[in-house]
Amino acid sequence: MRRVIAAVAALAMLALTGAAPAPATAGKSNPAADLKAFQDYFKTSFPKVPFDDFVNGPYAVNKGMRAQWEQIMQFPPYDFELADGKKLFETKFANGKSYGDCFPDKGIGIAQTYPHFDAKTGQVVTLVDAINACRVTNGEAKLDVSKGPMAEIAAYMVSTSHGKRFDVTIPDDPRALAAYEAGKQFFYSRRGQLNFSCASCHVQSAGKRLRGDIIAPALGLVAAFPIYRDAWGNIGTLGRRFVECNAQVRAVAFKPDSTIYHDLEYFLTYMDNGLPVTGPGTRP
Amino acid sequence: MRLTIPVLLLAAAAILALPEIGAAQQKPTAAGSAAVPALTGSALAGQKLAFSRKKGNCLACHTMRGSDVPSNVGPELVNLKALFPHRKDLVAIVTNEQARNPQTVMPPFGKNLILSAKEIQEVVDFLYTL
Ligand code: HEC
Ligand code: HEC
Repeated sequence: MRRVIAAVAALAMLALTGAAPAPATAGKSNPAADLKAFQDYFKTSFPKVPFDDFVNGPYAVNKGMRAQWEQIMQFPPYDFELADGKKLFETKFANGKSYGDCFPDKGIGIAQTYPHFDAKTGQVVTLVDAINACRVTNGEAKLDVSKGPMAEIAAYMVSTSHGKRFDVTIPDDPRALAAYEAGKQFFYSRRGQLNFSCASCHVQSAGKRLRGDIIAPALGLVAAFPIYRDAWGNIGTLGRRFVECNAQVRAVAFKPDSTIYHDLEYFLTYMDNGLPVTGPGTRP
Repeated sequence: MRLTIPVLLLAAAAILALPEIGAAQQKPTAAGSAAVPALTGSALAGQKLAFSRKKGNCLACHTMRGSDVPSNVGPELVNLKALFPHRKDLVAIVTNEQARNPQTVMPPFGKNLILSAKEIQEVVDFLYTL
């Protein structure tokens, strides 16, 4: 029993030293060093999980879940929504233009570069933001950022990036670095009466059982979005999942398109750099 | 601007209430059908608190007699009399495990007023039946 505690404590220490900036660099942001420490930590903690498999979240770290999942994936539950997403993506706006006109390469095979930092506005732009910005530019109303058509269109765009690897960049711009740091801080800060941080579960307790759920490791946590969740019965965006995870642990949830969630997505997706794009995914 | 966010967050989160982590359900396991001594009084009250999602929600992280699904975020709770012969040690763990292990993910039930002093005594009475 003592050994359990020692092991937990050791893991926690690793988590801290691994993913937080080293004391020498404290105060100065170094995303590249964070990225290496973060990925090394998970590679060491799960030596049997091939790097690319981290995108499969709970299925990567639990055999029983994986078997169930492989069965489900013979008929992916998101197939209809993905097909709808393609249709919506290709449908012309009232002005005759379409989504493809707003993006490089007509929007095909580009999802791995999101979120990206827009030097003009100083903002982090997620794929969901870019889709809505495209609609506004073309005189259309914004879509709900959590589910429905937005999740479907994003799912289709993401699916055209299969085989590409996440390639999120953090330019040497104080505003970009500040957004990255805010996301990172949010991830590691304990909050609320239960005193949990995101890292309490997705770093310190990754792969463990929490009432029948297997906790996905933080590496790969966002790589399969949008996801179809059984609990939702349809497909949803990362913003929708952030709201839910926050609510589940009874901490304040923010709006799915809040700045802090943008920053969090920026941090977490950057940490997934090098992993293959796999969305849409499916989860319990 | 950004600097104020975590502060606001802490303040706002502190007002908010309790655990309902681990929403997924699975079939009951063998642990659920093990012979359970008939609990009464304070130990029974303690079991209710420990199993309640809104209060202890200990089952989210620990497997113990009466668990419906296995959890292993924390160690299995068994044989606690032998492990913690001094009552005050168990009370301390439930009150604020962070005092013993600053990195722990176990919530500080007493310190953060999730459980009252009386409720913690009841939970400990229950723990001693495990
Ligand atoms: C008390 C534990 C706990 C805490 C704290 C927690 N989560 Fe989770 N999270 C889970 C569980 C359990 C799941 C469902 C199983 C899974 O997929 O990991 C989950 C799922 C997720 C998913 C979906 C991943 C997937 O593969 O489906 C994301 C994204 C996520 N959490 C982000 C967060 C963020 C961001 C925070 C902090 C704001 C957070 N979580 C805090 C336990 C937690
Ligand atoms: C979010 C997870 C979580 C919850 C909820 C939780 N614990 Fe724990 N608990 C742990 C972990 C992890 C440990 C291992 C020790 C450490 O981390 O310091 C632990 C350790 C313990 C120990 C010491 C066991 C030993 O053998 O050393 C006791 C006793 C205990 N918990 C009782 C409880 C009770 C009673 C509740 C509910 C009122 C509870 N726990 C809720 C995570 C949790």
